[in-house]
Amino acid sequence: MGSGARGCSVDALLMGSGARGCSVDALLMGSGARGSVAALLMGSGARAVGDGMETEFSGFSVPLEHSFEVADVAKFRVRGALMLKAGREPNISLTQSQLSEEDRAKLKEVAAVDGLYRIRVPRVFLQADRQTERQMEGYLTAFVRACAMVESHLSDVIALHTDVSGYVIGVSIVTLPGACRGIEVEDEVDLEVFNTTLSLMAPVNAPGPETALFVERMEIETEKKGKNPQEQKSFFAKYWMYIVPLVLFLMMSGAQDQSGGGAAGGAAAGGGR
Amino acid sequence: MAKLIWFGLKCILLCSTVGAVFEDQVGKFDWRQQYIGKVRFSHFDAHVQSSKKVLLATENNVFASINTRTGELFWRHVDMTGPEGNIDALLHHGQDAVLVVGDGRQLRSWDINIGGLNWEIVLDSGSETVDFQAVYSGGNGEVYVLGVVPHSHIAIVAYSLEDGEIIKQISVEAPWLSNIQASCVVIGRGMLTCVDSAAASLYTLDLHVQSQMTQIPLQSLELEATPGFQPVLVSTQPNPARPPLSEFFLQLGPEHHLLLQLNSGQIVTLRDFKPAMLVAFASPGEKTVAAVMSPKNQTACSLNLFSAESGRRLLDTTLIFNLDPYGGKPEKLHVQAFLKKDDSVGYRVMVQSEDHTLTFIQQPGRVMWTREEALSDVVTMEMVDLPLTGTQAELEGEFGKKADGLLSMLLKRLSSQLILLQAWIGHLWKLFYDARKPRSLVKNEVTIENLSRDEFNLQKMMVMVTASGKLFGIDSKTGTILWRHYLDNIPSNAALKLMVQRTTAHFPHPPQCTLLIKDKDTGLATLHVFNPIFGKKSHVTPPALLQPMLQSLMLPVMDQDYAKVLLLVDDQYKDLSTELIWEVVMPTEVQRIVSVKGKRPNEHVHSQGRVMGDRSVLYKYLNPNLLAVVTESTDLHPERSFIGILLIDGVTGRIIHEAVQRKTKGPVHVVHSENWVVYEYWSTKSRRNEFSVIELYEGMELYNSTVFSSLDRPHAPQVLQQSYIFPSSISTMEATLTEKGITSRHLLIGLPSGGILSLPKMFLDPRRPEIMTEQSREENLIPYAPELLIRSEWFINYNQTVSRVRGIYTAPSGLESTCLVVAYGLDIYQTRVYPSKQFDVLKDDYDYMLISSVLFALFFATMISKRLAEVKLLNRAWR
Repeated sequence: MGSGARGCSVDALLMGSGARGCSVDALLMGSGARGSVAALLMGSGARAVGDGMETEFSGFSVPLEHSFEVADVAKFRVRGALMLKAGREPNISLTQSQLSEEDRAKLKEVAAVDGLYRIRVPRVFLQADRQTERQMEGYLTAFVRACAMVESHLSDVIALHTDVSGYVIGVSIVTLPGACRGIEVEDEVDLEVFNTTLSLMAPVNAPGPETALFVERMEIETEKKGKNPQEQKSFFAKYWMYIVPLVLFLMMSGAQDQSGGGAAGGAAAGGGR
Repeated sequence: MAKLIWFGLKCILLCSTVGAVFEDQVGKFDWRQQYIGKVRFSHFDAHVQSSKKVLLATENNVFASINTRTGELFWRHVDMTGPEGNIDALLHHGQDAVLVVGDGRQLRSWDINIGGLNWEIVLDSGSETVDFQAVYSGGNGEVYVLGVVPHSHIAIVAYSLEDGEIIKQISVEAPWLSNIQASCVVIGRGMLTCVDSAAASLYTLDLHVQSQMTQIPLQSLELEATPGFQPVLVSTQPNPARPPLSEFFLQLGPEHHLLLQLNSGQIVTLRDFKPAMLVAFASPGEKTVAAVMSPKNQTACSLNLFSAESGRRLLDTTLIFNLDPYGGKPEKLHVQAFLKKDDSVGYRVMVQSEDHTLTFIQQPGRVMWTREEALSDVVTMEMVDLPLTGTQAELEGEFGKKADGLLSMLLKRLSSQLILLQAWIGHLWKLFYDARKPRSLVKNEVTIENLSRDEFNLQKMMVMVTASGKLFGIDSKTGTILWRHYLDNIPSNAALKLMVQRTTAHFPHPPQCTLLIKDKDTGLATLHVFNPIFGKKSHVTPPALLQPMLQSLMLPVMDQDYAKVLLLVDDQYKDLSTELIWEVVMPTEVQRIVSVKGKRPNEHVHSQGRVMGDRSVLYKYLNPNLLAVVTESTDLHPERSFIGILLIDGVTGRIIHEAVQRKTKGPVHVVHSENWVVYEYWSTKSRRNEFSVIELYEGMELYNSTVFSSLDRPHAPQVLQQSYIFPSSISTMEATLTEKGITSRHLLIGLPSGGILSLPKMFLDPRRPEIMTEQSREENLIPYAPELLIRSEWFINYNQTVSRVRGIYTAPSGLESTCLVVAYGLDIYQTRVYPSKQFDVLKDDYDYMLISSVLFALFFATMISKRLAEVKLLNRAWR
């Protein structure tokens, strides 16, 4: 997916339309919706893009904002536009612009003082029919260390989490790789284009007790037993003369040294993990 | 064949994790204390002269009989919590006690000797607007039931005792009255007397004839109530078949009582008691006496008996009650009066204090017993290590100090060794001395002075915080209360949070606990800093918190005095600035958060991964910052309700896992530890209790094996989940905790039946296979079965039922195998559990004699045979 995104950004540059942006789409839900090229050509105005898309995709767009300041006070600016397609199979895509010269310098500066790179998205409701109901008061925020953002060459993984009814409840961002090792990064080449992997995560259904399978298995086992009772019976019938003395012997020896044996058995059980 | 052997081995393995005790171990490591709660009604059994019983009905819906000689329970009945089990009235006559239970729904008769139920009937309570609050009968064939419509009128219904027919029904105007029980009593022959503080008047009404209340202003009696005090009336009816006495008490101020007499409509003052804090009537034989408690000095109160008829003081009836400096003020008197052989009146008294303590005192002031009923409502607790003994501390202190020269260090070492030797010789001498004394004289009483840590750190100090605001320090080994401290400024709706800021490990700094008391309505909080070993208030003066508190958190950072830093966030954010760095918003129209559980900070995980059947390692996802957030749906329809489990990283706000359990509802009990979360819920679809377990794994390789950082863990963990049916509902749940985390874990489950179940965690393992393979056998996994069984040998408290268990606290001991457990609710139960059996100590019935005699025998046998062999060799050489 990462390489695909890079290819896309190269295309955009070749087209020379002035749009310094690239859209990356990634779905964890399985449906990979393409169509970000259209968004690409429309230019860098995130709002405009969103509005244009709405009729076509019955989706809508919200800004993805970011903030990185040397003084640790958040000042959010638009990073890109998230396009959300509501409905039964919601999906999501992102259009974002390149980092400007100024921003690149600032990001490196923030990374040098181990500041934070924050993102935020407005709270949205994916299942609503009307635009007014979709967006709600407040934001969802997350952060990574700015140095991780720099050292990963702006390769981040952003996930939006929804709840059962389609409210987006949280956003998360991680970079790949995630560590800060103090590697020098050339801002011209590596810090221009975001290489974002995006996903929309819905809650998974937790499993209940698996009674059906268990009952089935039990039935098969009883059936097996029923089929060849001869074999089952024959085991004890065959070996009883060995088993009985063995058991007796164990019991006799066990009675004498019960305490020691018990403790050892317990220790073995404990150390088992 | 291999299958069978495997099965046999597994059986042995499973059976070896039994937590039950042997019969001779009962009470050896465990103890239980049973409580009843704050007393509402009491009756001393005077049926037989030598009776030792007092019947108590409490606000915790408990009815009990207590031995007045020892303070121990004869029997106890625990009813339902809430209004269904509420005890409204207690009537005691002869062998029987009759209780009105559940807001007048049920009438029960108990045999007071054995505590058996005689009979029970369900009453028909068909009243609509009238709240019936009192019953009166003068023993003349009529029963009056009094009800009130607040601020309007009193409804009086008279029934015939013969056939239950309503004789008459009247209503009397009383717009000032809101509660009959609080402000009215019946005095003499059916005179309903009420007191109204607003009008500063008494009102009387003859139930037999009148239909209008007569107002008697207090001023006309030349009396005056303390401003702001609601006057209280106290009357007595010595025999239920006869009308009450015409003498009664009127309390006009916190320390002002009057003994009055109602004489043909006229109220006469018999005696003015000032100062007098508490009064009570008692009737030994035919006479009735009044006990009056008045303050003596700062630390003691005196009690005297007065004749109820005349108000004269009875001779030789003074009793001194010493106030507990760490207790609350006396609140209520329960007097047991009896006639001595010379017909004079003797008495004992049970004093109930604000801190729910019951103290039983005999003349002239000997305390026979005390019961700390505050412990029936423990809110939170901590266990603190006991301090080292002086000599041990000396040794420890040596390491803490800065090195100052080789020679002085050597000298110091030698001197401390000398002290140790001295202590050891002293100990031996004491042992020798004690051995000569008869056994009964040797007492191993635990006092606060001789407290010290034992070899395996099995004895600890239990610091318990109760809802009444009383703090207790209890020795975990014996259950002895070593210190108590009553905080009298605690609001009734306070949220209490106890934090151990400094443990005993930082000698010479004393250990330090902090109790945060927060008023739930205003958010205003206060701090109480104390030493958990001695219970004394610390010299550290906590800051005055003037702003409403939002959050409190103990940080793992220590200050220069080794005390952990307490972070308090008020609504002004003034001293330290806080910055919002992540935000996850749960829309409240869909679901609400019911609990957030982190991991225990003192938890250790020994193994980083699990060895699989093919000898590869599956690494655990051990995120110390992980929070388990449980939500419940707002929609409670059984088809649509759900509970949600979110695993959120507390540092980054990243949602690691999000799951919903559909068609279920709470209450949810959660335990979060190591790399797993176990939760229990009610399945509305199948109508049963279910357990679910989530385990998190990093996979076959670790991302960063040296250190865990939430900021640098880009890959989401693998999540495994499995669910099981549990055959009982549960009250509370906790996991065992050991020193190093080597011992396998068990879940301790408090059941409503009073049992505490120790369920091995290996039964709650999402890797339990549906179909057994060679590899899962190699890994010792138990095949999946949808139902978790409750085995009777898993109950750690055998027959020591813990009523209404609300919480279980676990603490590691110095032994890796042993975990200390305290279950609290109405009762307190302390025990030890060994989840993997006692692999690091010899059993207590270990046969030292046998092993040493065998060793000696072998030694001598070797010696003898060696000698024989030598002789033989010598003989051979001569030949």
